[in-house]
Amino acid sequence: MDTTHEEQQPVQLHTIISGAADRMARSVFLLPTVLTLLFLSIFPLLASLYVSLAKFDIAPGGFKLTFVGLGNYEKLFRGSEGTHFLGKFAPGNAITWIIFGGVVIACAIFLARYVRNARVSVSGLIGRILFIAGLALITWMLVHTLGGGGRLGTASTTLVYVFVGIFFQYILGLGLAMLTVQNLPGRRFFRVIFLLPMMITPVGVAYMFRMLTDTSKGPFTPIWQSLGLIDFSWVNNAWGARTAILIGDIWQWTPFMFIVLVAALESQPVEPIEAATVDGANSWQIFQHITWPAILPVSMTLILIRLIEAFKIVDLPNVMTNGGPGTATQSLTYHAYINWRALNLGGSAAVAYMLLFLVTFFAMIFVNLIRQRTVETL
Amino acid sequence: MKRWFQSKSINTPSPIGAIFSYLVLGTWALLILFPLYWLIITSFKISSQVAEGPFYIPFVDFNPALDAWKYILVGDLSRDTLRNFTNTIIVAPASALIALALGTTAAYALVRFDYRPRVGAVVTFIGCVLLSIGLTSLGLPWQVSLAVAVAVFFILLQTIGRRFKRALGNNDIAFWMISQRMLPPIAVVIPIYILFQRLHLLDTYAALIITYVASNLPIVIWLMRDYVSTIPIELEECASIDGASRYRIFSSIVLPLAVPGLVATFLFVLVFTWNEYLLALFLSSAKVQTLPLTIAAQNATRGPQWWNMSVLILIMIVPVIVIAIILERYITRGLLIGAVKG
Repeated sequence: MDTTHEEQQPVQLHTIISGAADRMARSVFLLPTVLTLLFLSIFPLLASLYVSLAKFDIAPGGFKLTFVGLGNYEKLFRGSEGTHFLGKFAPGNAITWIIFGGVVIACAIFLARYVRNARVSVSGLIGRILFIAGLALITWMLVHTLGGGGRLGTASTTLVYVFVGIFFQYILGLGLAMLTVQNLPGRRFFRVIFLLPMMITPVGVAYMFRMLTDTSKGPFTPIWQSLGLIDFSWVNNAWGARTAILIGDIWQWTPFMFIVLVAALESQPVEPIEAATVDGANSWQIFQHITWPAILPVSMTLILIRLIEAFKIVDLPNVMTNGGPGTATQSLTYHAYINWRALNLGGSAAVAYMLLFLVTFFAMIFVNLIRQRTVETL
Repeated sequence: MKRWFQSKSINTPSPIGAIFSYLVLGTWALLILFPLYWLIITSFKISSQVAEGPFYIPFVDFNPALDAWKYILVGDLSRDTLRNFTNTIIVAPASALIALALGTTAAYALVRFDYRPRVGAVVTFIGCVLLSIGLTSLGLPWQVSLAVAVAVFFILLQTIGRRFKRALGNNDIAFWMISQRMLPPIAVVIPIYILFQRLHLLDTYAALIITYVASNLPIVIWLMRDYVSTIPIELEECASIDGASRYRIFSSIVLPLAVPGLVATFLFVLVFTWNEYLLALFLSSAKVQTLPLTIAAQNATRGPQWWNMSVLILIMIVPVIVIAIILERYITRGLLIGAVKG
């Protein structure tokens, strides 16, 4: 009796320790990450928030921060800085009103459907109303700066970069991925080639595109000449310059979409496709009902990551066009950078925080409305 | 006639389809390779050959010169290049590996455990952070204000914090993590600079590695979450019944099954840290500068030195391409698991 007891004791002790260690696993796994993120996020976040509420001056022996409240933000909506940030608004014509009306009606339908739903909560309702108000304001800004006599501000320009860029990156990435998962000789060669643009440092890509788009020494000069377009310089045309920057952005980031989608497509089980083929489904039906649902979750993660990264575009406009002509190609980060270079740190931080609000807004919409719905219905 | 349009098996395209595929793939490959070709020939040009207009083919319309390569590899810039190259080779893989280690465990935790941080606790935490900052700005030494804030935090957590039962979930934690990447670096770079200055870590590998780990963790977590969630939970349950601990399950079941995903994520993070520019610009002054800084520095007062830049860009992508070619087969198989979800 005694001997067995003595024998059991170390075992019990061991189980107690390992049991405790096991219960701690929850913290052990997550805590290092949370602490690392907190270490590098709290101070910079709060410090830049404070700077955005202050005026920065060089003072004898260092610098001086004077608290000015929301002054820096107010400036972004008024006067010349307002035109820079929001753009020049043109009086709406028929098309702008139709688009704006369409968005408002869509939002109203969305809200009405939610209210008629049985599970309405106060926070849910407030969240949705805020979302609709935000969306309406952003649409208002976009249609009035894009249409007719308006001019894009840095906010609208960034939105154009983000949405046009991601659209083409995803479509191209998906198309190329679908082609390279076919059983073609040499597909591995193409895959490695298609990865290359992502490997180059963003600053390097920007300088490379500046070389390529040079109007007198670039490789495409003879083509421009033969087309009689030598007098037309993309640098002096707002949309020409924006297109050049978008081409650079699409060139660089399509590989990111491409490689993840290749893998997602390769992982599809073959049996459902075979079964569908036997049943006489055409390739569009197979894509729509089998392939698309399978790659949807991965696509959503991809688009979210690219959405967040694309809002921070700065190297391409900075190096390729210096933001020109005028302020036409400036993104929000570039706007913050200009203020920052002029030692207007408060204004710079205010722009950065407006950018943060915009990204958070779109990321929230994306995560709550689209990702959850699509992933849950699978 | 029909066999031209008929494919033999599901994955093999019909002859017409194959021709179409090769046309599209070839076009895109050209679009990728032409800029790189231009980079390569520019690296063999001298300034007058760049200035006088476009020349396309070496030996045919211009005489290639090795001036830029000599300048960078054995000439004036060679010491800087070598030092910065070494720094990049140390910093990028180290931060990618650490980010991968931390991020994978966190991703596993977010998939397999339920976390319910209470709103009350989170609010109390934010309040106490503000309190400590407020006290510091009132003139207290930061050690004292930190201690006060920690004390207040635990007191409030035990009393008021418990009252608010409303809790957040794993998805909220994941969203908080990815939101760390939303603020543009330009806004946080000065506070980060000040932070490391206070810690006397400026111009050290530690500063760069810590910053890169923190800034890449969210991406690791989001990508690895997709992989880990596709590993069948039955395997882990079996191991658990056999008496394996969580750590054992993680190291001998989850990690081996996630190897492909780990490799793919490693490559992404490696590329991001390898190429990072702005943070490196602030956190390093001489000793630990990385290669992107050397490239940007070629935009000198005499205008951009295109030939030097091209050489540096080419030198910089070679190691990554080699790694990518080695890891390519794993990437494909890696994301293979990632997508079986649903």
